This record gives sequence, structure tokens and C-alpha cells, in this order.
Amino acid sequence: MQFPPAPAGFWYIEVSAVTVYLPIAELSVNIFIILGMGAAVGFLSGMFGVGGGFLITPLLIFYNIPPVVAVATGANQVVASSISGAITHFRRGTIDVKLGTVLLGGGLVGATIGVWLFSILRRMGQLDLTISLLYVVLLGSVGGLMLWESIGAMRKAAKNLPTALRRPGQHIWIHGLPLKMRFKKSKIYLSVIPVAALGFFIGMLTSIMGVGGGFIMVPAMIYLLRIPTSVVVGTSLFQIVFVSAYTVIVQASTNYTVDIVLAFVLMIAGVIGAQYGVRVGQRLRGEQLRALLALLVLAVGIRLAVELVIPPEDVYSVVSAGFGY
Amino acid sequence: MLARARLFLLGLFLTAAAPATAQTLERQVTNFPEKLEIGISTDEISITSDFRGADLTIFGAIDGFDANLLAQGKYNIIVTLEGPKDNATVRKKERVFGIWVNTQSMTFELVPEAYSLSSTRDIATIAPPRDIANMGIGVDHMRLVPLGFFGDGSNLGEFRNAFRRIREESGVYQRDPGGVQFISSSLFKASVRLPANVPNGVHIVRAYLFRDGLFVAAKALPLRVVKTGLEQAITRAAHERPVVYGLFAVSLAVITGWGASLLFRKD
Repeated sequence: MQFPPAPAGFWYIEVSAVTVYLPIAELSVNIFIILGMGAAVGFLSGMFGVGGGFLITPLLIFYNIPPVVAVATGANQVVASSISGAITHFRRGTIDVKLGTVLLGGGLVGATIGVWLFSILRRMGQLDLTISLLYVVLLGSVGGLMLWESIGAMRKAAKNLPTALRRPGQHIWIHGLPLKMRFKKSKIYLSVIPVAALGFFIGMLTSIMGVGGGFIMVPAMIYLLRIPTSVVVGTSLFQIVFVSAYTVIVQASTNYTVDIVLAFVLMIAGVIGAQYGVRVGQRLRGEQLRALLALLVLAVGIRLAVELVIPPEDVYSVVSAGFGY
Repeated sequence: MLARARLFLLGLFLTAAAPATAQTLERQVTNFPEKLEIGISTDEISITSDFRGADLTIFGAIDGFDANLLAQGKYNIIVTLEGPKDNATVRKKERVFGIWVNTQSMTFELVPEAYSLSSTRDIATIAPPRDIANMGIGVDHMRLVPLGFFGDGSNLGEFRNAFRRIREESGVYQRDPGGVQFISSSLFKASVRLPANVPNGVHIVRAYLFRDGLFVAAKALPLRVVKTGLEQAITRAAHERPVVYGLFAVSLAVITGWGASLLFRKD
């Protein structure tokens, strides 16, 4: 077969310079696709002020990276994308360290149990399905709620009505729980039970789904725990950095699934993409940003849902012991 | 009946001992004068960061051949490359409440993770299919023994077929009837392609010589596939010092994230 004439060295570059071997995933990937994914997710995470774990993990799975590697490596990417935000908030004094520590305590227990569940599900062959189902449920519900809320806010803005992000502080059952503690920075007096429980839940999500969990933790802190918005983002980032770092270490030592090459390529592209995302994000209005983020979250959720429902190309699959156990 | 059982047990012992002696496998049917000699272009394949697969050339010679039979094309050669063995689980999805869920699974014991076969012609025409099957040559005759399997065996066939099909489609099991060519009267050359996703470990090259449908001799050589340099260092660290590896991965993330925020700071 005759190849059409190509510029000198063209074929060589196309076949050799673009692939990179991932030592833990044990496959060769196109480095530009990984860089592009990292940059795109970094851009979006900078624009919306989110960690991006909920985007990077499904994208890696769509690109045939084994879900076990995608989740553990996604958690590593979350550390890189959350650390600078956490440091900025720490300098500005917008982290409630005491509240964050209670969240973190729950988070570490949750992550430990999560990694244990992860190993069991992997052995049973139900890990991929569980990851997809959790993504569909969480992305679908959070995306739906955000879209509803932001459309409402946009309508109000159009009618020149005042927008109230935070409903007046009426007390709900959560505020009647025992073991109360005073959180000075947040100026609240709250039971540690719901705080630790929230941390626990997010920690489980971090270890099973490879997400930071900010997209659930922030609304939960604002609407359920009634924590002042000024400390919410910083405190959740504080929890996210430590829980995802812990998850990476535990995943690395129990499942051996953190691919450092993949993580490094993703995070380099991600942190650069984020810088440009932040600039674009500053030009958009808050409710527009939230509506766009909601659409994005929903789109990823729908894509995963479709995959669960349509008949698979092959009902059989083979895993060798390396990844089956 | 008892004798048969004893024979069966002996057979089990032999197959169990086979992997240990496989590297030095040399078989010769004594009433044939022909001898088989083989050599490979390299005994070690390195997986580097830009690894995209490799070609392996196996050379061989038939000693003490009969010129008449050779001229008539009565000598046939099969060359196989068998990868390291590991258990493999086949899972089957079924629709449960509208979504596709893995419902059944079967684990096959110690199957090769890669298998390539090259021959002078289609193996079905080289020797009687029963002989080929008894020698375990080819993907279709590979031993697929389910692990801890106590079912009625009704679905054994479908899982075996699915396993072979998927491994062939993914390129780790391949066959090339025509991959072995005579380059001079009794010298032959076989090309085997190692796919980009070739597993690490010791692979075994085996060559079988057939004379007019009868097995004459077999030779085997080991081929090591190793990750090199950075790839090897990373894999080793991940498995031997996982906590240090995890800490290193986290520090890399901290440095990258923090470094970027310093680098891109506006003031």
C-alpha cells in the first residue's frame, strides 16, 4: 500500500511522539488527549471554582482508563487543583479550622471505609457499575437542583427582584442534635454529629468516585448546616485537600492504582487551564455561571446514564487478575 | 478402572509440573532423524515510555532433513509465543431493571495473558486436529479450566468462547497462518508481533516441527518482557513501597498546585 506524500518526519511524529505509556494503568495513551482533558477540566474548574474531580474521572473512564485507576488518579488531581485555593483562603482567614477539623475527622473515617468498600466491589465485579450509578444519581440530582435554583435566580434578576441565596436562618431538626460545639469563626453553635456525618459521606464519595465533593459539601453546609457563606468555600477546600491526599495514599497502598504519570500530565495541564478559566469566570454573572455548571454536570450524568441503559457492544468482559482483584 | 484413575492422576501431576520445566522444554520423537534448532533476535524486550509494540523474529533450522520431503513441502513448523499466566475472569452482563449489570462470572485458572501463533500454513492442515488439540497448540485448544467451578457446566462453552473471542479482538491473542517462512532449504524465519499492551514477565517461544502430519520435535526459549527505566522504577515503587509512593504522588500534586498559584499570581 502506498501512503500519500507527507511532510518529512510527519509519520514519525504521528506514531511515536504522542504516545505515553502509563505504568500503572499498563497501557499507552495519546499524550495530547490527556493534556487536552486536563486543560479543559482545569479551565472549567477555574471558571466555576470547583475541583473538577467529578469531570476528570468520568472522562478518563470514557477514554478506556480502567475505572479503578481513574478514581484513584482523579483523587490525586483533586489535591493539585484544590491546594492553591485552600492556601489562598487560609491566608485570607476564611477557613474555620475547628469546623474543618471536625469535617476532616468524619472524612478520614469515610474515606477509609470507602476504600475498603472499593476493594470489595472490585472483587465482586460490581465496581464499574457502582461508580457509574453513583455518578448518575449525584450528578443528576445536584445538576438538576442547581439548574432549578439558577433559573429561578435569573428570572428574579430579570424582574429586578432581590436575590436571596440563603434563606432566613430558621431552625430545622439538625439544630436540635446533642454534642454541641461553638465554632467561633463561623459564629455558630452546632452539634458535631451532622458536621462529622457530612464529612464522612463526602470522604466515602472521594474514595469511591475520585471527587473532592465540593459540589455537594458547599450546598449542604449553606442550606443544611446554615454555616456563613464567607467561610464555607475555604473550609470545604481545607477538608477536600486533606481527605483526597489521604485517599491517594490509602488507594496507593491497598489497591496500587494511583498512576503517577497520568496524574502528573493531568495536573500540569489542569493548573494551567485553571488560570484561564478563572479569568473567563470573572466576566460572567454568578447565576449564569451556576446555570452553565448545572448543564455541564447534567450532561456528564446523562452520558453515564445512557451507557448504563443502552445494550453494551459486548455483554461479556474479561479482566485478568491484575485488575480483577 | 483403578488403573485408569491412576493414569489420570499421573497426567495431573505431569501437567502441574509442566510450567516449571517449560523453559527447558525439548522434545524429540526418537525414531525420526530430524532435529530442530531455534534462536530469537532478542531475549529481552524493553517497555519504554513510547512503547507501541515490537516485532520478534525467530530463526530456526531443521537438521538431518530429508531433501525429498522438504522439496515436497512436507515439513511444517508452528511457532507460538506464550505470555505469562494469570487467572482471568469472564463476566457476563444482563439487563436488570433496565440497566446492564454483571450477573455471571467465571474465572479461568492460569491462562496466558498473551498468545501468538505463526505457522507455515493453517494448523488444521499441518497435523490431524486431534494431535494438535492434545498438544494444546492454538487458542482453540488452550486449557481453560474454571476455578472453583461446581456448576453443571452448561455455560462453560459460552464463557470459553467469549474469553477467546475477546482476547483475540483485543490483539493479545493472535494467529498468523503463513507467518513462518523458509528462507533457504532448511532455514526458516517466523515473525511474531508483540502488541502495545503486551504483559510483563517471562514469555515462552515454542517451535514445533511436523513431518508429513507427524510430530517430530519441539524446542522452547524464554523471552523476557520488562519495563525499563522510569516505568520500571514507578511500577516497583508502587508495589514495593506503596505508602512512600502515595506520599510522593500527593507531594507532586501539592507542589504543582501551589507552584502554579505562585507562578500565575498577578502581583
